[in-house]
Amino acid sequence: MNRVRGLVTWRRRAGLVLAALLVCSGLMVFAQTKNSCLDCHSNLPEPLGVSAETYSQNIHAQKGLTCAACHGGDASADDPEKAMSRAAGWKGKINRKQIPELCASCHADAERMKKYNPGLRVDQFQQYKTSVHGMKWAKDDGKVAVCTDCHGVHDLRAPSDPRSTVHPTNIATTCSHCHADAEYMKPYGIKTDQFANYEQSVHHDAMVVRGDLSAPTCTTCHGNHGATPPGVANVTAVCSNCHVFQAQLFETSQHKDVFATMGLPGCVTCHSNHAIKHPTDEMIGTGPKAVCTNCHIVGDAGATQAEAMHNQLTELAAAIAASDELLGRAERQGMEVSQAKLQAAQARDALLKARVTVHAFRDSELKRDTDAGLAVTRQTHAAGEKAMEEWKFRRVGLGLSVVAIAIVLVGLGLYIRNLEQK
Amino acid sequence: MASPANSIRQWLDERFPLDDLKALAQKKKVPLHRYSYWYFLGGMTLFLFGVQALTGALLLMYYRPGADEAFESVQFIMTQVQFGWLVRSVHSWSANLLVFMAFAHLFSVLFLRSYRKPRELTWVSGILLLFLMLGFGFSGYLLPWNTLSYFATKVGTEIPAQIPIIGRPVLLFLRGGEDITGSTLTRLYGFHVAILPAVATLLIGLHLALIQWFGMSVPPGIEAEWQTRPERKREIRFFPNFVLRELMAWYVALGLLGALAALFPWSLGVKADPFASAPAGIKPEWYFLAMFQTLKLIPAKLLGMDGEMLGILTFGVIGAVALLLPFLDQEKPFNTRRWIPGLACVFLGYMTVMTVYGWVAK
Repeated sequence: MNRVRGLVTWRRRAGLVLAALLVCSGLMVFAQTKNSCLDCHSNLPEPLGVSAETYSQNIHAQKGLTCAACHGGDASADDPEKAMSRAAGWKGKINRKQIPELCASCHADAERMKKYNPGLRVDQFQQYKTSVHGMKWAKDDGKVAVCTDCHGVHDLRAPSDPRSTVHPTNIATTCSHCHADAEYMKPYGIKTDQFANYEQSVHHDAMVVRGDLSAPTCTTCHGNHGATPPGVANVTAVCSNCHVFQAQLFETSQHKDVFATMGLPGCVTCHSNHAIKHPTDEMIGTGPKAVCTNCHIVGDAGATQAEAMHNQLTELAAAIAASDELLGRAERQGMEVSQAKLQAAQARDALLKARVTVHAFRDSELKRDTDAGLAVTRQTHAAGEKAMEEWKFRRVGLGLSVVAIAIVLVGLGLYIRNLEQK
Repeated sequence: MASPANSIRQWLDERFPLDDLKALAQKKKVPLHRYSYWYFLGGMTLFLFGVQALTGALLLMYYRPGADEAFESVQFIMTQVQFGWLVRSVHSWSANLLVFMAFAHLFSVLFLRSYRKPRELTWVSGILLLFLMLGFGFSGYLLPWNTLSYFATKVGTEIPAQIPIIGRPVLLFLRGGEDITGSTLTRLYGFHVAILPAVATLLIGLHLALIQWFGMSVPPGIEAEWQTRPERKREIRFFPNFVLRELMAWYVALGLLGALAALFPWSLGVKADPFASAPAGIKPEWYFLAMFQTLKLIPAKLLGMDGEMLGILTFGVIGAVALLLPFLDQEKPFNTRRWIPGLACVFLGYMTVMTVYGWVAK
C-alpha cells in the first residue's frame, strides 16, 4: 500500500515539475522581444519588404533591437494600426537627411553602446561631420553618402562579417558604387577611375586575391567616417603607416624638400596612388620603365646616381638568381646544399633591405646593403660550385670503382676457372 | 731455416686450431644443381649486414642522438665529413637492399623447402633475424630526425597501439612517452646501435653454425633425382670454389651500392618540426607499405571487430605461421604439403601488389 502511495506521490511531483517547466518556457518565449512588423513586411514586396532571413542576419536584430528602434512605433502590437500609430512614435520611412543623426542617437551614446559592444567607438558621427561627405551633408547635399549607403540598412552586418559591405575585402566595391559612377559623380568634378586603378594595384592583389586583410583599401588611406582625400603634405604620412622605413628614409633624402617645393606628393610622385603597381628594380635608373627620368635628364647628377643604384640592385638580384640556379642544379643532382640555401636567404634579405634603402636616394648607402648581399652570394655560389665539383668527383670515383671491381671480378672468374680445370 | 711466414703459422697452429678449421672448410661441400644460385642469397644478406655494421660504426663517430642535434649531425656527415655522404648513403641503400635480400632469401628457402627436418631451427632463427632486420629499419628510420621519418614513426608507433590490452603500454614503451620526442629518438637509437645488433649477432652466429652443421639443403625434387641416378650428383668444395663465387657476388653488390650512393645520394630531408602538420600522403618505407596499405583499406568495422585491430592481429598470425612453418609441414622428405608453396605464392603476390598499390596510391 505504501509502495502504491509512494508511486502516486512520485508521479504527482514529476507532473508538477513538468508543468513548472512548461510555464517557465512559455514565459521565456513571451519575454523575448516581439517584432510584429515582420508579420506583414516579410510578405511585402521591395521596398517595403524585409524577409525574415535578411532581418535575422541584421546585427541590430541579433542584439535584440526591433524595427521600432529606428522606425518608431510599437513592434509588440499585433494590430498594425497600433503598431504604426504616430502616438507610439512611428516615423515610417526615415528621411535620408535624418539618417546620420538617427544612427548617432545610439552610436554616439557611450552609455548606451556599452551594453552592446563596449569596444565600439562612439565618435563616428563627429568624424563624419569632418569628412567631405559630412560637410556636404551639412549643406543639404542629398547625394553624398550617409551611414546606410556604406553599411546597408536591413541587411546591416558587423564589419567583421565577410558578407558585410564594409568588410575590408568589400570596402572598395562599396565605395565604387558612387565613386566609379561617372554620371553620379558629375556634379562633384572628381575622377571616377579610382576603383578601376585600384583593381590593377598591388594593394588590391594583396587584399582581394591573397586575402591579406592588413592590405590597404580605400578607407586605410582616406579614413572611413572622416573620409577625406589626403593632401600633398599628408601622403607620406598616410603611406608611412605601413611603409615605415621607406618613409623614414624619404624624410632624410634630398627629394623631400625638392618635392615639397615643386608641390609634388611624396610617394605618389613615383608610385602613383590608386594604381600602385608592384615596384620593380626597373623603376629606378634611366631605363624605359624608370620613373627618375620624369624629372631627371640622362647625364645629370641625379640620373647618374639613379643609374648607379639601379645597377647595384640588378647586380645583387642577378647574383642571387645565379646562386639559386646553381644550388638548385646541385640539389637536383642529389647534393646536400641545404645550408647554402639557408644562407642564400640572407642575400635575399639584403636585397629586400636594399630595395627599402633606395628611398634615401643615396647610392653610397645602398651600396652597403648590396655589398653585404653580394658577399653572401659569393659564399653560396662557391658552395654550389663545390657541390658540383664534388658531384663530378663522385662520378669519376664511381667510374674508377666500377673499373676496379670489374677487374677483380674478371680476375676471380679466371682464377675459379683455372682452379676447376686442374 | 723456416721462413717468417711458416714461423708465424707454426706459432698460430700451436695456439689455435687453424688446421682443424681448414680441414673442416675443405671437407664442406656445396651441392651443385640447377637451383644452386639461390644459395648465394644468404651470403649476400650476410655481406650487406656486414656493410651495415661497418658503415654504422663509422656513422656513430659523428652522429649525435637528440632532437636538437640529430638532424644537424647527419647534415654535418653529409656535407663536412670526408666521404661522409658515401658512408651514409651506402648505409641507407644497403639497409634497403638488406631487407630485400632477406625477403628474397626467405622465399628461396621456402620454395626450395630447405626448412624441412632437420633444419627447422635454422628457419626459425632466420625468421627471427628477418623480424630483427625490420626492427633495424624501423628504429634507424627516425635517427636523421627529418619530417618524413618523424611522421612515419608517429604513424608506425600508433599501429601497435590498436592491440587490445598491451597496445598502449607498447606505444608508451616505443615512444618513451605520449608523443614522438627526443626520448623516442634516444630510445630507438639505443635499440638500433646496441640491443638489436647484440641480438642479431647472436642469432646470426646460431644461424651460421646450424648451416655449417647441417650443410646446404638439396631441394626434394633434386634429392629424389640423385637417389635414383647417383651419377648425376654433383658437388663443389665450399672453400675455395663456392666462397670465391660468393665473393664475386659480393663485389657486384659493392659496386651496386657505390653506384646507388654516387648517383642517388640518400636525401637528408627537412628537419622534423613536431608542431608542423604531417605532410600529405606520408608513407612508411617500402617494406612496411604492404602492411600499411592493407590497414588503410580495411573497413572500420569488420566481422564485428575494429578493422585495424583485426588487420594487426592477422599480421601477427601470419608472423606466427611463418615462424612455425617447418612444424606445419610433413616430416617425410619427398612428400611435402603442396598448400605451403601455394600459400606462399599467394602471400608473395599479395605483398607485391599491395606494395606497388601503396607506392602509387595518394
